[in-house]
Formats: sequence, C-alpha cells, structure tokens
Amino acid sequence: MCDNCGCGNNDHFQVHPGPGAGHGHHPHAHGHDHEPHAHEPTGDWHAHTAADGSVSWHSHAGQDTPQILDANQREAERNRGYFRARGILALNLVSSPGSGKTTLLRATLERLQPRIGCAVVVGDLETQADAEALRPSGAPVVQITTGTVCHLDARMVAAAVDTLPKDGVRLLFIENVGNLVCPASFDLGEAHRIVLLATTEGENKPLKYPPIFHGARAVVITKTDLTKPAGFEIERARQAIAQVAPQAEIIELSARTGAGLDAWIAFLDRLLAAVGS
Amino acid sequence: MHEVAISEALLEQLDRLAVQHGWSRLSRVWVRLGLLSGVVPEALEFSFTAMSPGTPAEGAELVFETEPGHFACAVCGELDLDRLDFSCPHCGGPLQLLRASRELALCGVEPILS
Repeated sequence: MCDNCGCGNNDHFQVHPGPGAGHGHHPHAHGHDHEPHAHEPTGDWHAHTAADGSVSWHSHAGQDTPQILDANQREAERNRGYFRARGILALNLVSSPGSGKTTLLRATLERLQPRIGCAVVVGDLETQADAEALRPSGAPVVQITTGTVCHLDARMVAAAVDTLPKDGVRLLFIENVGNLVCPASFDLGEAHRIVLLATTEGENKPLKYPPIFHGARAVVITKTDLTKPAGFEIERARQAIAQVAPQAEIIELSARTGAGLDAWIAFLDRLLAAVGS
Repeated sequence: MHEVAISEALLEQLDRLAVQHGWSRLSRVWVRLGLLSGVVPEALEFSFTAMSPGTPAEGAELVFETEPGHFACAVCGELDLDRLDFSCPHCGGPLQLLRASRELALCGVEPILS
C-alpha cells in the first residue's frame, strides 16, 4: 500500500516491457511518482448535535462526498485524458481466470496488427507467460505482475503505458487480472469495459457478479466450440446479460476455431471509427 | 480481498479528518455503498477492524448506508431494491437492473468529544 496517502496502491507491482521496448530506461517502474494529493473531505461536511450532546459530522448523497477510492479515480481520469489526446481506444478486458482472454487477444492481434497499431498491457499476479504468448504478433506487450493484488489499478496502467511506443498505437487492450469481483471497483481510464464469459462457466455468471457486467460495452461469449459438451444454453446466458447489462452487445465466438471472430473484429472497427482517426 | 485496499484508504481519510478537527477518537463511521460498489460490508468490516488499531478509528463502529438500485419487472413495473437480486419480490419474475450506483464514500463520523 501507499504509505503516504493510503490510496490502496501497491508498491510492489512490476512492469515488464518487452525486449527492445523503449530505450532501456526503468525496466521496472516501482511507481511512486504520483504527486502529493489531498484526501480531505471537502464541500458540505457539517455537524449535527444530538439531544444527548453527541456530535456527528455528515455529508449527503449527490453532494461533494469524498469517494474512498478517489486517488484511483483521479489517476484513471489522467489516463483517460492521455488516451483521448493520443486518439487511443483503450479497452479493459475482464473475466474469470481461464475464460480465454489471452487466446482471444492472440487471434485478434493476428487479424488486426498488420492493419491497426495495437498494444497490450496484461496483468497477472505472477509470470510473464501471457505477454510471451502475445509477443509473436509483433504488437508491443507490457506485462504487469501485481504480486498478490487481485486487480489492476489506474496507476499500474499508467506506469505500463509509459513504456509503450509514443506513436502508432491506436488500440490498447488492457487484459485485467482474471477475477470477476475486484476489477469492478477500479476504473483504469479505459473507454469501454468488455467482459468475457466462457461457455464452460455457466449461464448465470452475470446474475452472480453484477458489478462487473453492469455497464459493460460488450459481453463476449467465448469457447462456443464447447457449447454442447458444456451443456451451455446460449439463450439463458443472453437473458441473464439482458437483466444485468441491457445495453451490452453480445458477441459469440470461438477463438480456437475462428467462428464469430469476424463479428468481433467488426465490433472493434466500429469502436475505432467512433474514436476517429 | 480488495476490501483491504479500501480499508487502508478509508482509515487514511479518517486520520486526516481527525487531525484536521482535533479529534483523538471516533466512535462511529458511516460509509455509503452503491449497489454496484463491489464491496461486501462484512469483508470491509473485517479488514477495518483488523487495520484500525493505533488509529483514531480504533474500536469505531462502521455503519453502512446502502443506496438502492432501480429495477424493472415486465409484470409489476419499476421498483427500487437494496439488494442485487434479480427476481421480483412480488411475482418472482425476472428483474432487469436499470441503474444503480457504484458509490463507495465516507459520509459521516461521530467523534468522541472529551
């Protein structure tokens, strides 16, 4: 944790840019370069005195209440401004472990990288296995190892993005730590959150983990080649998604067989077109 | 498990608030949770209790206020609920979540004034 501000930031994460990335400066960012910032509640805090003489201080909803994770929120907004200024579309890919994020990214980079400059920031507790799996695509890939932390936060992403090439990146995939709970609470500054749901996980995941699904731009149902053996009922999954995230587009695909990848790529092209060139 | 990071941030805010106002101890702390805050109150309570000794919040009671979410049932219409349960309390049919907040905020403290 951050000793100065208690913002929940982890000092022990490491950033591993790929071989040949950058100019060899700071191979690990043991990031603690954020500016001092205030956590003082501001705005409408006021005192109430009860009949027994006890005093309590309050602020009310909708007013300038200090959010407990506001240090992360500020960092996320900085990232968002950076991405916008550079015309980068940043997507936060979240799912449970093993639902196919890395396999989908590998298939995606194979199709997109020659045409659109992509980059990947990938988070795991340990190992650089995912980054190594993605590097043959030629896209710059940065691995963040979080140590024991169960989610990426905005500061880790800022430190990782700092090691990416400054030009030529239009689409940034942030592959979050495999976890359907904690990443929901940490904005990274992305334009959209994309949630993956594998057919092997069961149809009602959205109802069990609403915070991560609600507000998702798209839900990608992966491993559709296993729909039958897993006994997965796509219509039930669609209904669960509609209950929690009615606005989300639903894309069904198998990164292994390639089925449905065209629709996924077309979806990414539409998001890119909305960012502008 | 991210409740540890949240407790840490909350305790720091309380510490600053106490220093600012000259409070040595707090007896109660109010936290407002949106339905989509992703925080389990019991887990936050557990980490808060474990981490508060030596701070002004040591021994303080944590009080949660939950902001309800807005749901729709195809049969019964729209309703507010303070839990993420996707079946209608009236007819048992499926509910759709229309909106809910992700708020996670410190919204009140009761200092012990000696």
